Amino acid sequence: MTRSKQMNLEAAVSEYISDGESIVMGACLEAMIPFAAAYEIIRQNIKNLTLIAPISDILFDMMIGAGMVDKLIAAWSGNVSAGLGYNYRRSMEKGIPHKIAVEDHSNFTIGLALLAGAMGVPFLPTKSLLGSDLLRSNPQLRVGTSPIGEDTLVYVPALKPDVVILGVQRSDEFGNAHLWGNMGVAQEAALASKKVILLAEEIVPGEIITTDPNRLLVPGFKVTAVVHCPAFCHPSPMPGYYRRDHEFFHDYHRETKELESFRKWLNKWVLSFSSHEEYIQHLGNRLEELKIKQKLLAAEVNYAYE
Amino acid sequence: MDYTAEELMVIAAAREIRDGDVVFVGMRLPMLAFAVAKKLHAPSAIGFFECGIVRDNPAGELLYTMGDPPNVTGAQWCTSTNNLMFLMHKGLVDVGFIGGAEIDKYGNINTSCLGPVDAPTVKLPGSGGAADIASLSRRLLAIMNHEKRRMREKVDYITSPGYGDGNGWREKAGLPRGGLSALITNLGVLRPDPETKELMLATVHPGVTVEEVRKNTDWELKLSGMLEETPTPSEQELEVLHQIDPQGFWTGNRERKKK
Repeated sequence: MTRSKQMNLEAAVSEYISDGESIVMGACLEAMIPFAAAYEIIRQNIKNLTLIAPISDILFDMMIGAGMVDKLIAAWSGNVSAGLGYNYRRSMEKGIPHKIAVEDHSNFTIGLALLAGAMGVPFLPTKSLLGSDLLRSNPQLRVGTSPIGEDTLVYVPALKPDVVILGVQRSDEFGNAHLWGNMGVAQEAALASKKVILLAEEIVPGEIITTDPNRLLVPGFKVTAVVHCPAFCHPSPMPGYYRRDHEFFHDYHRETKELESFRKWLNKWVLSFSSHEEYIQHLGNRLEELKIKQKLLAAEVNYAYE
Repeated sequence: MDYTAEELMVIAAAREIRDGDVVFVGMRLPMLAFAVAKKLHAPSAIGFFECGIVRDNPAGELLYTMGDPPNVTGAQWCTSTNNLMFLMHKGLVDVGFIGGAEIDKYGNINTSCLGPVDAPTVKLPGSGGAADIASLSRRLLAIMNHEKRRMREKVDYITSPGYGDGNGWREKAGLPRGGLSALITNLGVLRPDPETKELMLATVHPGVTVEEVRKNTDWELKLSGMLEETPTPSEQELEVLHQIDPQGFWTGNRERKKK
């Protein structure tokens, strides 16, 4: 009998994330970002982390500002609809709270690095970034001549993260989960990482998941923990469930310009709550208004064999 | 006719998209320009969004980010980022479309840092998909504000490769194709000289003088032999743009301008 992998957010973070680990935090770019896990990591004061993702909107910026991050392996760090990330800037320009190391990638090279990690090969080649200074500032990316033919290639070394935290719309208690909408590099990240933590909007019986095996993110045996965590993505959107809370991102931009005001922001939105449930309660009507109320259902898919 | 500089810039950018193009659409203003083109002169254009979305119709409402749910609803394909990058790697993306913080006279774009890499004076967000789009699309469009600090003789850092130091540089670097086709700013449109690949002023926007463009450019800007005025936005173009961005979130506050 398979053991349930369901646990609460606090337990999943304290049990499976340790100081100094490398963590993929969200992999669908602007949607499905596991902000609830970022807040919990900050509350538990887990530090010296290496954060990995193509683009996770303001998640990087707040974790850098809170002092949790030693290194960033990413394609982009800022505030997607509002501008630059002030904490990222303070860290890199002024060493506040400390200067982090950065391994610059593009979306494609980070996707290839995770795919190589998923496959278990040391690198994958590409022609992207030839001539870009990313090759200069990230010495991990090496240039060589193809052993087959004569093309110049960039060799992108595999990433094998300790943990990945991904959001899904629904999962069973064993980690068999459905994810829909744009996938970003979620599948590659789940296959490449040693531990997989899923935050699920809904926990459903396994029979629901097996009605549509094509929609499975990765099989449950690859998943370490499942957390029932409604609205884990707030303020980012979730296809079928929540719209994006644009105002939250724009307020964040205004309220984090100065270090003092960022500290106030951090206290107001993260440290003053003891759990994600309290955060959700505080959002109250604001969250209600973000909920997607209409239904636009996919056509039925027949999996019968008789 | 009443329009903002941003509106003209988006419309001029939209005109660069041809019907039937497969367009790799970058963050922010390119999303708007794609939607305008799609609704007007390029109904068969296909949009690639790096988060893993392909659309053959514009999203139902204004996008603040390409991952907003309206971009998923009615999409042609929701897939992985890698799948779209693979198709672009093979040469199936006709035009890539990105913004940037600064650009130089050979169309190299910087979105990584101002000042030295290890001690930046301003740390910028980084590539996202822009460096891939600049490396691998068949032709590149860039859109940005025309200011002296952004239009540089030479950028501090090449995030997204243009023509490097001139003609032949991309080939020598090993890039398979591409390069900047047009830079659309709030003052005009710049295009590379076919021989040298240096950006020259091709059209100047209505009400803008060549002197003004030169004053806001850090290098000795040459003029195209066929320098023209950018056609004014048509009523239809403005109407479509207003439908897409009714509050002027991306294209400037129209209410404020009217006062």
